[in-house]
Amino acid sequence: MIAVVDYGVGNLFSLKSSLSAIRADAVITRDPAVIQNSDHVILPGVGAFGDAADKLRETGMFDLMKETAASGKPMLGICVGMQLLFEKSMEFGEHEGLGLMKGTVDAIAPCLSRNLDIPHMGWNALHFVHPSPLFQGIREGEFVYFVHSYAAFGCEDSVTAVSEYDLELTAAVQKDNVFGTQFHPEKSGEAGLRILKNFCAL
Amino acid sequence: MITKRIIPCLDVRDGRVVKGVNFEGLQDVNDPVALAKYYSDHGADELVFYDITASHEGRKLFTDILRDTASTIFIPLTVGGGINTVEDFERVLKCGADKVSVNSGAIRNPDLIPQAAAKYGSQCVVLSVDAKRVDGSFHVFRNGGRIDTGLDALEWIEQGVRNGAGEVVLNSIDTDGVKQGFDLEMLEAVNRIVRVPVIASGGAGCAQDFVRLFQTIPEISAGLAASIFHFGEVQISDLKRELKKEGISVRI
Repeated sequence: MIAVVDYGVGNLFSLKSSLSAIRADAVITRDPAVIQNSDHVILPGVGAFGDAADKLRETGMFDLMKETAASGKPMLGICVGMQLLFEKSMEFGEHEGLGLMKGTVDAIAPCLSRNLDIPHMGWNALHFVHPSPLFQGIREGEFVYFVHSYAAFGCEDSVTAVSEYDLELTAAVQKDNVFGTQFHPEKSGEAGLRILKNFCAL
Repeated sequence: MITKRIIPCLDVRDGRVVKGVNFEGLQDVNDPVALAKYYSDHGADELVFYDITASHEGRKLFTDILRDTASTIFIPLTVGGGINTVEDFERVLKCGADKVSVNSGAIRNPDLIPQAAAKYGSQCVVLSVDAKRVDGSFHVFRNGGRIDTGLDALEWIEQGVRNGAGEVVLNSIDTDGVKQGFDLEMLEAVNRIVRVPVIASGGAGCAQDFVRLFQTIPEISAGLAASIFHFGEVQISDLKRELKKEGISVRI
């Protein structure tokens, strides 16, 4: 069973629909017992990092996510859920993350040499920099859907895929059993469903 | 590189797509779910559902079809029409919308954009503007483009983005329905003042109009159209091949 962590951040409709489309046995929950007994854990998230981190703490999920990572069970953070895996974020002040991976979440805009739109919104190509079971059957250059203004930096030891937006943006990460995608697999058509399926098959 | 998005827009009244479309292989051309799936399968990058229902019952039908669509296709869905309050955001978001587009509602209630952006994030709030040339400047029109608000479109858009809109749909009333191409002059003016993604709407008549749009103003993020897709005048897959051939980055 797959536990989708409901800590009061964002809209889980699409994630739930895509998990049922791939016939995954998923529940949306904040019940610690259900999460502990699950086989896989998905940490979603949209909005601001600080707000999401606060809600993770308020719902008692912060420590539970660290325990989940340490348990060796496959865990997937999506969008802000991926950003939370890192040490800290500089979005509206400095905020502490779960610290499961080395790296800092910071604004994209100051790093751009050209006047590109912020947020980085739309379909962008994935370029693999390190093999990951998440991308089994996914072709190099496959398009996935992004919406974000902040990105993970300094995470060379965990990055598995990047996307080009004037600079190379961290698109996916992995450290042992912990995975993260900056893009939204639940909004990325067939390729996104395949990535979710690969995760659920771990 | 990020790709240019091609977005079909579906007008829905009482749970049915208005203006029947003409596609082979589609049995019920007025079924929003079937049509959404058709577009998704044929390369649409996003979909916009525009609710033009007036009645309460029609609204209920709309959220039902939204839920069905969002359970069937997995590309971003934007919903507009009749969005006047934060509760309206809630109503469509919980049925599967990813983004919500505000137009007249934001004019009537100036707090709508900041409130919605604070609650759901800027990525969720789309400012849709119907604009038309009046006495040498661009004015914002409301109620489906019927009433001149007297507001300067550029100031209105700048303010909307400052208040938290994460994307702008610019529909030029001057070029809408004329099928002679997008309003490049108006789009250029808007492009100069905002840094969030801008979606061009109104005036597309053929694939070359999209080529011209993205070549003339490379910053424009997406092109939106309705009838040319619905009537099969332009197939999205053909359009994307054409764009790619012209060196414009698209998702194929």
